Amino acid sequence: MYRQIAGSTLRVAAVCFHLFAQYTGVGMMQSLFPLGWEHYLLGGLLIGTGVSLLYLLTGWVGGMSTVFSSTWSFVSSRAFFQQARFTDTRAWRLVFAAGLIVGAAIWWITLGPSPPLHTGIPLWQLGVGGVLVGFGARLSNGCTSGHGICGLGSLQWPSLVAVLTFMATGFATANAVLYLGAHG
Amino acid sequence: MTSKQFLAVLASGALFGFGLAVSTMVSPEVVLSFLRFQDFGLMLVMGGAVCVTVITYQWAPRVMRRPMLGDHFAHRPSVMDRDTLVGAAIFGAGWGLCGVCPGPAIAGLGTGNMALLVALGGIAVGAYVQGWLADQRTKA
Repeated sequence: MYRQIAGSTLRVAAVCFHLFAQYTGVGMMQSLFPLGWEHYLLGGLLIGTGVSLLYLLTGWVGGMSTVFSSTWSFVSSRAFFQQARFTDTRAWRLVFAAGLIVGAAIWWITLGPSPPLHTGIPLWQLGVGGVLVGFGARLSNGCTSGHGICGLGSLQWPSLVAVLTFMATGFATANAVLYLGAHG
Repeated sequence: MTSKQFLAVLASGALFGFGLAVSTMVSPEVVLSFLRFQDFGLMLVMGGAVCVTVITYQWAPRVMRRPMLGDHFAHRPSVMDRDTLVGAAIFGAGWGLCGVCPGPAIAGLGTGNMALLVALGGIAVGAYVQGWLADQRTKA
């Protein structure tokens, strides 16, 4: 009899938990992360591990936008690009960038879909957006990885302000584009 | 750069790129769905990455005298000035238009997404214009 009571209690508890999870926890998780949340967290931890490995092995801090300035120093004699902070780091930054392609390719070959990934974003948006991204990130001296991961990781408050700023203008622009019907 | 450092940088970059692909940040559509409040995944990606990085950046210089293959731990210089703010605002506007930032623009090529070359080219042009304008400002 005790076993029956215990069994029923457990069953009721399970049903209650299930209902609770469905209407609060899981429901909220589903509306926040309709595609699931595990791959986001796992990917983020892997990105952090990559940045950490670079630091532990070489002591270098790798945001991704600097490579777009430092690589110009190979071909442009302009004084700005010939600064030591670019010429001294241009080689490893380019190798780091190559690593990014290799890592993503390993994912594609092992876990990805067999056709190449594609995007439905209009090319003009990619081009014009790209120019603004390149100009802005370099003027600000950091991007999503430079300010967002390395800057916050270094507990630099100017990076936090930069992150909040680009999130705000990003929200505004993405929603304006949606509203104007240029995409989606 | 020694050959050991070369391999270290390549392997670190590969982990970074693999993570960008696993987290689907290489898809501009996913990034834009975050900026449109439809999917908050990007917060988990950035949160996860920052958690690991903050531990390493704070802990490594305290317990290790130097990096395994280098002579000192670098520090990321960060200043609060007009350029940081204006640049971040412009960066965000571009990011909201195309859904691509510098890391995924590079990593995405590894997934065969060649349309990202357009964004990559745009970023390179933008970076050049920034350097050119900075030179003009110095001369003036």
